[in-house]
Amino acid sequence: MTAQMTSTAMPTAEQHGLVAHSDGAFVPVQTRSERFRSVNVEDFAPVNGREHEWKLSPVAAFADLTGGELDGARLPIETTDAPGVQVSWIARDDARIGTAGTPEERASANAWTAFDEALLISVTGEDEKVVAVTRSGLGTAPRAGHTVIEIAPNSRGLVVLRGIGDARLSENVEILVGDGASLTVVSLQEWNDDAVHLSSQFARLGRDSFLKHIVVSLGGKVVRVNPSTHLAEQGADIEALGLYFADAGQHLEQQVYVHHDAPHTKSRVTYKGALQGAGARTVWIGDVLIGNAATGTDSYEQNRNLVLTDGTRADSVPNLEIETGDIEGAGHASATGRFDDEQLFYLMARGISEDEARRLVVRGFLTEIVQKIGSPELEARLLVAIEAELQVS
Amino acid sequence: MSVLEIKNLHVNVETDQGTREILRGVDLVINEGEIHAIMGPNGSGKSTLAYTIAGHPKYHVVEGEILLDGENVLEMSVDARARAGLFLAMQYPVEIPGVTVTNFLRTAKTAIDGEAPSVRTWVKDVRESMANLRMDSNFAERNVNEGFSGGEKKRNEILQLELLKPRFAVLDETDSGLDVDALKIVSEGVNRAKANTGLGILLITHYTRILRYIKPDFVHVFVAGRIAEQGGPELADRLEDEGYDRYQVAEPAAAAAAE
Ligand SMILES: Nc1ncnc2c1ncn2[C@@H]1O[C@H](COP(=O)(O)OP(=O)(O)OP(=O)(O)O)[C@@H](O)[C@H]1O
Ligand SMILES: [Mg+2]
Repeated sequence: MTAQMTSTAMPTAEQHGLVAHSDGAFVPVQTRSERFRSVNVEDFAPVNGREHEWKLSPVAAFADLTGGELDGARLPIETTDAPGVQVSWIARDDARIGTAGTPEERASANAWTAFDEALLISVTGEDEKVVAVTRSGLGTAPRAGHTVIEIAPNSRGLVVLRGIGDARLSENVEILVGDGASLTVVSLQEWNDDAVHLSSQFARLGRDSFLKHIVVSLGGKVVRVNPSTHLAEQGADIEALGLYFADAGQHLEQQVYVHHDAPHTKSRVTYKGALQGAGARTVWIGDVLIGNAATGTDSYEQNRNLVLTDGTRADSVPNLEIETGDIEGAGHASATGRFDDEQLFYLMARGISEDEARRLVVRGFLTEIVQKIGSPELEARLLVAIEAELQVS
Repeated sequence: MSVLEIKNLHVNVETDQGTREILRGVDLVINEGEIHAIMGPNGSGKSTLAYTIAGHPKYHVVEGEILLDGENVLEMSVDARARAGLFLAMQYPVEIPGVTVTNFLRTAKTAIDGEAPSVRTWVKDVRESMANLRMDSNFAERNVNEGFSGGEKKRNEILQLELLKPRFAVLDETDSGLDVDALKIVSEGVNRAKANTGLGILLITHYTRILRYIKPDFVHVFVAGRIAEQGGPELADRLEDEGYDRYQVAEPAAAAAAE
């Protein structure tokens, strides 16, 4: 059997620049919040693939995005209408840009350096509303993007940011959640087979606000979506969900970072992925930092992978750093399991064909995430997309 | 009239220590509507026989035949056997995370019938069978066997037996782990299935207790990979009194092989 499953429950020195303490516990050399940041690509050394943020990624497949010049023109978009939602383009010097976060790696900084204007999706009003912004026809030349999603205090909304067709895109997405607001953002990657998409997403949550952030990666050759959430104000609450399905030759990655930086903040991170076919590859890294101001924090992160065939590899690396003793709870779980032959036998012994049995199990495994999206229309569409994935190999 | 024939069946498994012969020439004919009980010591190969009939890939048939109405079962895939009318109630039913009982039953029924069951009668049938087996309706929305107690798993097997309506069922220690009431409820379920469909049954058990509820037409004593003796229901009582010593003494070579 050639299936490789790396499932690392505890941080190790090898994985994350950690050193052993004299008491045997691991502490980071550098806490996550102190990583180098800059919006300027020249401030980062050229990528060689050994950097901790790149070591699990196929960097040679997108040297143009980390090192080359990017086209910073407006990305072609199509958007649906909803009352209380405005979609427009804003200049680089707009005051909102840069308030949610700053690049921590070179592809992100390269996009930041290159974009001409940013797409602004502005949501106001207490009524529930859904807006879908689809990026398509991006072509095969490397390009940069910048998007700001802003929701006014006490407002509600669901924003879908979807990618289809060709793309070689490095982008930054900033999500600004006003006090008391409740926002869902779905980053939906349904690119063509050859597409490369690197996305750093930064969310800053206001007081008592709630963000449901969902990453769904199905299509693309290399898709790397890294959401960082800054729980900057008291009572902020993030539910970070992810769903990915890697077929033969696909690399799907997500580096999730939650920074608890104020009292009584809450985070729930749940990512689930399926792997099928030779060379299907997934990476999940989950960093949670509970800062010393974050008393009363309640945090839990988990990643589960379902391996359907031989020849795949799933890396799963949760990291938890805690700087205050006064927390409600913090935990993590990581498991990579095989859809095993006994399960297959049981289903087939009830007349169900092998293909259908696989479909049944994967659908069941991933449905948990789909059901949490909160848009029946999108949920139904995603279930269909997952079925289609299963037909592929 | 349906018939399941097992002829001179020899089965090996691959182990870390090499190939092991487990079934050593099993002959058995089960006609529609008949109940055959199989009793025998631990490790004698009863589950191996059950799994081999169902087509588990771990068991390699090296000699012999299994025929269902003359059709070669050994050439069929696992799912094709189920669709042809064979059913195995497993000794250790498997947990299927992420798949609800409702979803599983509907998928299996659709696969076996070749078309989706009519929604109205199906929902009613499921509800009725669950009620008959005293399964709480919340089981329908739970994942298959996940977190079920031993007895609940066995009821879930019989629920499938009732709903999928096979022609022949192998019940591998369905009675083990059942309390007195559950044993009765499950036995009633099996008898109901038989009355409704003329099911033929191969019932593997260690205890005569279940044979008070599910009356066997034949009892087979299974020792060291083959049938050592057969008789009527009275044979079961004799086994309960005397155990299997008699057979193992009579066949020292076989007993050694079964160790
Ligand atoms: N996959 C396997 N690998 C190795 N040995 C096996 C395998 N399956 C069965 N065996 C061995 O074959 C023999 C028969 O096993 P089997 O499960 O058929 O016995 P059984 O009669 O059902 O026993 P019990 O009454 O305990 O259920 C045992 O010695 C068992 O260890
Ligand atoms: Mg057994």
